[in-house]
Amino acid sequence: MKPATWQELIWAAVLVGLAAFWPMVTNGYWLGIGVDVMMYTALATSWMLFSGPTHYISLASAAFFGIGGFVVGSGMSDYDASFWSMLALSALIGAALAALIGLATLRLSGVYFVIFTLGLAEMIRNLVSWVQNNFLGSRGLYVLTDFTDTHLYWMLLVTAASVYLLGWIISRSRLGFALRIIGGDETVARHVGINTATTKVILFTTTGFFAAIVGAIIAPRWSYIEPNQVFSPHLSFFVVIMALLGGSGRLWGPVAGVIPFLLIWNWVDSNFPNQSILVLGFAFLIIVYFLPHGVVGRLEQLRARARGRS
Amino acid sequence: MKAPSTVLSVKNATKRFGGLVAVSNMSFDVGEHEMVGVIGPNGSGKTTMINMISGVFQPTEGRISLRGRLISDSAAQSISRAGIGRTFQLVRLLPGLSVLENVMAGAVYGHKRRWGREAEDFAHSVLERVGMDAMSHAPVSSLTYIDQKRVELARTLAGEPKVLLLDEWLAGLNPTELETGIELIHTLRDEGRTVVMVEHVMDAIRSLCDRCVVMSSGVKIVEGTTDEVLSDQEVIRAYLGDDDA
Repeated sequence: MKPATWQELIWAAVLVGLAAFWPMVTNGYWLGIGVDVMMYTALATSWMLFSGPTHYISLASAAFFGIGGFVVGSGMSDYDASFWSMLALSALIGAALAALIGLATLRLSGVYFVIFTLGLAEMIRNLVSWVQNNFLGSRGLYVLTDFTDTHLYWMLLVTAASVYLLGWIISRSRLGFALRIIGGDETVARHVGINTATTKVILFTTTGFFAAIVGAIIAPRWSYIEPNQVFSPHLSFFVVIMALLGGSGRLWGPVAGVIPFLLIWNWVDSNFPNQSILVLGFAFLIIVYFLPHGVVGRLEQLRARARGRS
Repeated sequence: MKAPSTVLSVKNATKRFGGLVAVSNMSFDVGEHEMVGVIGPNGSGKTTMINMISGVFQPTEGRISLRGRLISDSAAQSISRAGIGRTFQLVRLLPGLSVLENVMAGAVYGHKRRWGREAEDFAHSVLERVGMDAMSHAPVSSLTYIDQKRVELARTLAGEPKVLLLDEWLAGLNPTELETGIELIHTLRDEGRTVVMVEHVMDAIRSLCDRCVVMSSGVKIVEGTTDEVLSDQEVIRAYLGDDDA
């Protein structure tokens, strides 16, 4: 991932400003899509902070997201806690969990890391369900708030913008440069004096922190949640597909994947509900065969070619 | 010949991989401004020795210290920050980064932690030093082999190491490139750098190294000035076998 420029930051600020008006020009179906877009933009961008430069594909998003939803659900339903305190708590738990996973997976790379994160997310899902079913009162949790989709949309927009801003700062820092070096060659990274373990754990922790926040914000949308639902492994795959479809070369890459993917997904889901999972398969094929560097990579390639011709 | 001030000191270093003893009981010192060659036939443990010094792995037994400070129990990044820089036998450049960024990587996290403009300027000056500044914005995939080696050397120099480890830096170069390469290392020597080089190119060893440590089958067989060592019977035997000695 290249260091982000001031120009990119200004563009991002303008887009965030415009996106804030979305709930005022629309409602219902399109606002719902807006909430989805913001949710996945925040998730995919925070996933990209770590996985983009290092090429460590993490399938643990659902674990952090689920923690967020579960902590809000359990806290509000069983302990009468406020939404905001549970939001803060879930962010801390998500970050702590990510730090632990990061430390546990330091020695893993490539496919071992992918499988480990997937297995771990599934383990956490089952563990939380088991604890919830056997020790913590109710099986499902009620999350009753006064929030409308508009509120959720704005909260998610703020989260996505924060992720972007943090990513922008990191990409221009020593830390961001260290990540690119680690992504290139970890042995070299160590030999130029980079503490690769600390660097990776810090970034993975921010990913967990933000995914838990997103999970916590989304929880009120469902009103009633079960652990199995918020920890669904589908989410982890969605995040990876959208991020890769957009492209991992730029910080704003995920947005370019999230929007087209969600539009197509929703269209197929409402018209051919039984075939929706096919979209996932097709998306994978398209990425592998036609867009190995994502939409962004293809755009930059076309731009370079146009410039070469002129 | 004992150097006046010892910079790097290896004492009884041993490395075992399971049952295989790759390096056994190696001891040698490297003095300030000295260029020491580590030579020996293929498979004699030279690269393993370098890997122990740079911290790719720790010695199974023994100690390695830099100016009296024990480094052999540290991780590679700490050893690098303590002031040991290395190149790799098979060049390792960072493929997604430009030439300049590759060299900056060496300048940013070393014991002088440069950043931003300062790191960039410094990287340019080191690139100029190895004759590669004109290529600073090229992608590394466009470089020839010797140029890749020069960039890797520049990255290592950018960390301003107190001790420079060159692992077969001249291997794989064609005759013209070899000449350029030897010349470049000569300039390092003229700067008074402390260097440990693993090398097979005898001309280079003869003209560059003050002293040589000869390894065979994981043990040190001879140590001395380059002339002494290269005419030693045991060294000739190690390289050529008994019949020719």
